[in-house]
Amino acid sequence: MIRAVALWLALLCGAVAAQPHKTLTIGVSSYPSTLQPAIDPDAIKFYILGFADRPVVAFDPDRKLVCLLCTEIPSIANGGAVMEGTGMAVTWHFKPGLTWGDGAPLGAADLAFTARVGRDPNSGFTNTQTWTRISRVDVVDPQTAVLHYTEPFYQFDELAELLPAHLEQPVFDAARNPGDYMQRSIYNREPTNPGLYNGPYRIANVQQGGQLVLERNEHWSGDRPYFDRIVIKAIANTAALQANLQSGDVDMVPGEGVGLTLDQVLVLQKQEPTRFAYAYKPNLAYTHIDLQLDNPILADIRVRRALLMAIDRRSMVDRLMGGRVPIANSFVNPQEPQYTGDVRTYQYDPAAARALLAEAGWKPGDDGVLRNAAGQRLSIVFSTSTGVRARELLQQVMQSQWRTIGVETIIKNEPPRTLFGETLKHRSFQGMAMFGWLSSVESSPRQTLSSGQIPTAANNWGGTNYTDFRNPKMDADIDAMERELEPAKRIPLWADMQRIYADELPVLPLFFGSEAHVWPTWLKGVVPTGHNQPTTLWAEHWHE
Amino acid sequence: MTRFILRRVGQALIVLLVMSFVIYSLIGLMPGDPIDVMIASNPGATPEVVAHLRAIYGLDQPIMLRYWYWLVAALQGDFGFSRTHSQPVLEVLGPALLQTCKLMFASFILSVLLAFALGVAAALKPGGIIDNIVSLFAFAGISVPVFWLALVMILVFAVQLHWFPASGISTVGDGGFNDYLRHLVMPVTTLALANTGHFTRFVRAAMIETLRMDHVRTARAKGAGEGRIVMIHALRNAMIPVVTVMALSFGSLFSGALITETMFAQPGMGKMIYDAILGNDFNLALTGLLFATLVTLLSNLVADLAYGWLDPRISL
Repeated sequence: MIRAVALWLALLCGAVAAQPHKTLTIGVSSYPSTLQPAIDPDAIKFYILGFADRPVVAFDPDRKLVCLLCTEIPSIANGGAVMEGTGMAVTWHFKPGLTWGDGAPLGAADLAFTARVGRDPNSGFTNTQTWTRISRVDVVDPQTAVLHYTEPFYQFDELAELLPAHLEQPVFDAARNPGDYMQRSIYNREPTNPGLYNGPYRIANVQQGGQLVLERNEHWSGDRPYFDRIVIKAIANTAALQANLQSGDVDMVPGEGVGLTLDQVLVLQKQEPTRFAYAYKPNLAYTHIDLQLDNPILADIRVRRALLMAIDRRSMVDRLMGGRVPIANSFVNPQEPQYTGDVRTYQYDPAAARALLAEAGWKPGDDGVLRNAAGQRLSIVFSTSTGVRARELLQQVMQSQWRTIGVETIIKNEPPRTLFGETLKHRSFQGMAMFGWLSSVESSPRQTLSSGQIPTAANNWGGTNYTDFRNPKMDADIDAMERELEPAKRIPLWADMQRIYADELPVLPLFFGSEAHVWPTWLKGVVPTGHNQPTTLWAEHWHE
Repeated sequence: MTRFILRRVGQALIVLLVMSFVIYSLIGLMPGDPIDVMIASNPGATPEVVAHLRAIYGLDQPIMLRYWYWLVAALQGDFGFSRTHSQPVLEVLGPALLQTCKLMFASFILSVLLAFALGVAAALKPGGIIDNIVSLFAFAGISVPVFWLALVMILVFAVQLHWFPASGISTVGDGGFNDYLRHLVMPVTTLALANTGHFTRFVRAAMIETLRMDHVRTARAKGAGEGRIVMIHALRNAMIPVVTVMALSFGSLFSGALITETMFAQPGMGKMIYDAILGNDFNLALTGLLFATLVTLLSNLVADLAYGWLDPRISL
C-alpha cells in the first residue's frame, strides 16, 4: 500500500515536473514611460517592444543587419540605394502579407506616415536622425516605398519601428498644438489596442508601473511562438528582484540594462551555480572618464597619459568584474567591425607614469603629492554619479592607485540628476567625471567628439562633448564617415578616429560593459545580442 | 461644529495653495529638467531635438509662468499630463491611489489593533515580563529599517517557505480574492510592523499615565472590575494623545509605503511620487504630494473631531 502511494506521488511529482511552462515571467528593474516606439529612448521599452513591435531591420546577434519586415536590405550594390543629385534614394520592399495585430495590412503607407511624423519637429520624437534627412517618401505600391534623402547618410539601411497609419494618422492629423500628438497617441491612451503591434505577441494587459502581460498575436505571420503568455514584472529594487528570482515569482531576469547588475549576478552564480543558467555577453556600454580640458593640469597630454598608465584596469576587471568585461583602448568596442587594435595603448606602468609627470614638471612634495614649479599641487577633483555601487568602488581603487604616483584626487560625487543635468551639461566639472553610456552598432561619435557639439550657452547647452575636445581632423573624419555609404570605405576613417582618440586622450577609456542574463535551465533559444537590439526581437524562437 | 469644520477646510485650502507653490518651486530648483532625464545616456540626441522637446513640454517658459498655467488649469480640474507615464495625471493617480489606500488602511488598522493590544498589556504592569517583551518588540519595530524588514520577509516567506508571493498584486490568470489577499499579506505586515512599534510606545505611555489618575483609583475603590477599569475608564482617556500621533502619522504612511511598494513591486502612490520626482515629472509629483498633504490635513481634522467624542469637555 505504502509503495503504491509512494509510486503515485512520484508519478504526480514527475507529472508536475514535466508540465510544460506556457507562461514565461520576466523580472525587470524598470517600467517604460510609454510604449510609443519613437518617444523616450528607454532600454526597457525596446526590450518589451521586441516581443510585440518589430522594426523594419535589426542587427542580429552576429551584428549582421537583417530584414524583419522587409525582403532585402537596400544597398548600393543591389541597387536598392542610388545617388540622386546631392542626396540619395532608398527603396524598401516589405514582405507580402504583413499585418498589424488587428488584421490591417502593414507596409509602405505606414513607412510614409512614420516619416511624416518623424519629420515634424512638434511630434516629440526623440530620435529624428533618420527622418530629418528625408525630404520625400514615394509610395510605389502597398509593399514598396522610396525614401529620398537630402544628403548621403551612412545609416540609410537602418529603419526602426513603424507607426500604424490606420490608427495613429487620425490622431496625428487632429493634433493642433506641439506635443498634442504625444499626449493623444493610442500607444498612451489605449496601449492594449492590438492594431499597434506587429510582432509575435501583443500587449494584452497593462498594470501601470507594475506589470505588462503579452499574449500571442494571432495575426503574426512568422513562426508561432512557444509561450502562450509573457508576463513582464517591474521590481525596481534589484535586491528584491533577485529575491523574486530565487522564490520563483519570476522565471528569468534579462541583462540588457533592464535587470540585475553584473556584480549581483556573479554573486548569485556563486550561491546557486546549478539552479539557473547564466550568460555573460560583452555589450556596447562604455565606461570612461571625461577630462575637463579647460583645466590647465589636464590640458597637458603628458598628465592625461600618465593618469591612464597609473590605473591597473586588468586587475580591476579581474577582481571586481569577474574578468567578464573588455578593457577599452578607445571609444570603439572590440566587437564592432570598425574596431582597430592599431592604436596607442596604455599598459599599467606606474614607473613610466611617474617619469612622464616628472617630464611635465611635476616633482614630489613633502607630503608625497606632486607639485609644479609654481608650487601648485597635482590635485584633481574626481566625480561620478552616486548610487552606482560598482562605479564608486572603482573610483576608490583608482584614487589609491593615482596616490602611488603622487596624484591627489578629491572625490566629489553627485546624484545623477545633478551630475548629468547640471555639472556635465554646463561643463562646470573641474577635473574628471566618470560615467557610462550605451551606444548602438556603428554609432557616429559626432555628439561626443565633434567640436560643434561642445555645450555652450550659444547652443543652449546642447551636445555632449563635455571635455571641450577640438580636433579638426576628428571633425573631418566624422563628416566623411557619415557621408560614406560603402562600409569598407568607412573602416579607415573609423581607424583614424580611434587613433586620434587614443593619442589625444580627451577621455580616459576604461571598460566596455557586459550584460548578465539569468534564465531558468529549461529555457532554450535566447541568444544575447551584446548590442542595443534586444534579445526579444527573436522571442518566437524561445522554447522549453 | 459646522463652523469649525468650515474654518478648517478653509485653512486646508490655503495650506494646499501655499504647498503647491512651494513644491513647484522646489522641484524647479532641482538640477536638470525632464528632457535631460529623458535623453540621459543617449549621446545621439542633437541640440535641435533637445530644444524642440523643451518647447513641446513647455519647459522653455519661466517657472513662475508654468506654475501659473498649472494652477489655472488645476482649478478647472485639469492637473496636466504625466511625462513619465504618458497619460493625464488623474488617470495615473487613480489606480495608484486605490492601491496605496488598500495598503495603508489595512496596515494602519493592523498596526493600531496590535499597538493597543500590546500597549495596554505592557502598561498593566510596567517593568514586568510582558512589558519588557513588548518594549523589545516595539524598539525592534522602530529600529529595523523597512527595506531590510521587507527583504527578510521576502527571503523567509517567499524564497524559503514559499507561503506568499514575493511581489505584485495578483497572479496573471488568477486574480481571485484569495490570490489578491495572499499578495497583500507581506506588504501589509511589513508596513504594519514598522508602525506598530511607535504606536505601542505611545499607547503604553498614555495608559500608564491614565491608570495612575484619580478617577481610575476611584473606580477601583468603588470595586469596578479590572477589565472595566482598563477598557472604559482608562483606555478612552489614554486615546486622546494617541489619536493625535496616529492621525499625524497617517500622512507619513505614504512615505513608508514608498519603500514597501518598491520592495514588493506594488504600483502605489509612494513609489509613483518618488519616481515622478526623480523623473522630474512636475505635474505628477506636484499632484501626488498635494494629495499626501491633503490626507494629512484631513486626518488631523478627523483627529480634532475625535477629541470631542473622546472627551466631551473639549470644545471645538
